Amino acid sequence: MSKTFKFRLVALAMASCFVGNAFASDVTGAGASFVYPAMSKWSSDYKAATGKEVNYQSIGSGGGIAQIKAGTVDFGSSDKPLPPTELSRSGLGQFPSVIGGIVPAFNLPGIAAGAMKLDPDVLADIFLGKITLWNDPRIAASNRGMPLPALKITVVHRSDGSGTSFNFTNYLSKVSPEWKSSVGEGTAVKWPVGIGGKGNEGVSAYVKQIKGSIGYVELAFAVQNKLPYSRLKNAAGNYVNPSDASFAEAAASADWKSAKDFYLIITNAPGANAWPITATNFMLMHKNSKPGTKAAVEFFRWVYANGDGAAKSLGYVPLPESLVQQIQAYWAQNVK
Amino acid sequence: MTHASSSTQNPVLKDAADARHDRQFRWLLTATAVFVLVTLAGAALSMLWGGRSVLASEGLHFFTSSDWNPVENKYGALVPIYGTLVTAAIAMLIAVPVSFGIAFFLTEVAPRWMRGPVGTAIELLAGIPSIIYGMWGFFVLMPVMREYMIPWLDTHIGPLPIIGALFRGPPIGAGMLTSGLVLSIMVVPFIASTMREVFMTVPARLKESAYALGATKWEVSWDIVLPYTRSAVIGGVFLGLGRALGETMAVAFVIGNSVGFTTSLLEPSTTIAALIANDFGEATETYRAALLLLGFVLFLVTFVVLALARLMLSNLSRKEGNR
Repeated sequence: MSKTFKFRLVALAMASCFVGNAFASDVTGAGASFVYPAMSKWSSDYKAATGKEVNYQSIGSGGGIAQIKAGTVDFGSSDKPLPPTELSRSGLGQFPSVIGGIVPAFNLPGIAAGAMKLDPDVLADIFLGKITLWNDPRIAASNRGMPLPALKITVVHRSDGSGTSFNFTNYLSKVSPEWKSSVGEGTAVKWPVGIGGKGNEGVSAYVKQIKGSIGYVELAFAVQNKLPYSRLKNAAGNYVNPSDASFAEAAASADWKSAKDFYLIITNAPGANAWPITATNFMLMHKNSKPGTKAAVEFFRWVYANGDGAAKSLGYVPLPESLVQQIQAYWAQNVK
Repeated sequence: MTHASSSTQNPVLKDAADARHDRQFRWLLTATAVFVLVTLAGAALSMLWGGRSVLASEGLHFFTSSDWNPVENKYGALVPIYGTLVTAAIAMLIAVPVSFGIAFFLTEVAPRWMRGPVGTAIELLAGIPSIIYGMWGFFVLMPVMREYMIPWLDTHIGPLPIIGALFRGPPIGAGMLTSGLVLSIMVVPFIASTMREVFMTVPARLKESAYALGATKWEVSWDIVLPYTRSAVIGGVFLGLGRALGETMAVAFVIGNSVGFTTSLLEPSTTIAALIANDFGEATETYRAALLLLGFVLFLVTFVVLALARLMLSNLSRKEGNR
């Protein structure tokens, strides 16, 4: 009796394995949560158009890099580009997918979105804990006539490791030598001051609750939560507003042509109206001709041709046309 | 079915079959116990193995340094260890007396019609997912702390010597005290329901003898009920302590998630569980190893705390025996 029972158990276990395989999708990917909303919209549109299934799991950039290196997925996604040496060591190729912008969002009663102007060094010193009050003369210098209260500044940063933090700290490292030497850049850093919220949601929720706080979130979150954001002085010396146009200009003015494997972080881009904290999401793939890789390239080919509307509706900025052409040339060269 | 028909025919065969079943049952029981031990050791050792590179490079420094810097790959876990112990201590400081009060009220003082419903309500509290406690802490408790509690503590207790150092800080609302408060509410149902169960096992004649000798309700609870149920009560407290040490989600909401060292209970800090939950998703290579090692440290911390508590218990009962 026990033998037949055991046999049934084994048979059941084996059957469930086969069932699991039968439902496998055509393309699987994993990585950054930043692109997850766009990915799910794209994959449902792609399925409607072609009948092919794309399954993307939002497990974080670190997980995406690990999975594609191990070859368990067809493509990985990361908010932080991998250097060409690391790519070639694992036989990987890399290309950008979408662009987004990170904005300093704050909670100061009576100050409207886009009214406050901040200089890069002032932003860095706020996050270093050197500027502690909102009526500091250095904030007042670029905001003449604005009624700045004598309120304590509470810094809010991301508590989880994130691509948003990576791009933000990368920007601060570029504009502040002191930030670069004492904190540096990374998905998780040792923040000198402040409190940490989990995800863009967590940071927005803290900023919304605490008067006098300042944090950094993707633009879409600041808009959704009605948090005022500041203008920033960019590399060209102009105070710019965060918008699709200024993000796109940052992406277009960045020097992609000379970036091997698209290894380029486009913060502090040179364009006259470029938003300085613009971030790119990257896709990682094996340079081989496996069916999964080919199917993934087909998917992204479709995305660049048909996915711009969906990306825009979700608050992302599609890649400029010149960059898409460069990516297609890169595929032709590397994924045969 | 075949067993039954054959055994009725031959009693010797039945005895042999019974003995075999008994042996099998014993093996099964042993296997369940071994399973727990193997899982425990496997989990602890796999974390230690995952974190071995960081343990080799940092050594004891990992436990004594408060410099947690993923950019420079320097890992000192003093802040999360300290945060874990302090938040759990605050939680127990509040939860143990409150639970004792609840349990004693429900078994001795409350009118009979109240005991059932209130007891069930407390057990229901234990079933609420921790994320709900976290959100309550974030949206309800934190603003109250920020607007009223922290400014009051800062101005009234902050200036005092020694103890004042614990209660100074800016009104942010997220911090070790807030986390301790949320944790205390989370562990009360565990401790209170265990205490209630064991208080009900105290023989009525013991209590009635004490009442007959003129003892007050307090004397009965402190001198009769508590000593009689002590080991079970401490078991319940351990259960709560274990949860307070390892609670992740609720704490991550309200502790402020900062790895800077602070003595003040009002300032943001972090715990081992919250730090792992926050950073594991994006961590690679060395940082991932450091977080795995941190997980092993949580094992150690929990083990040491529980071992110390058990040691105290056995000392206590030895003294009791000598008296």
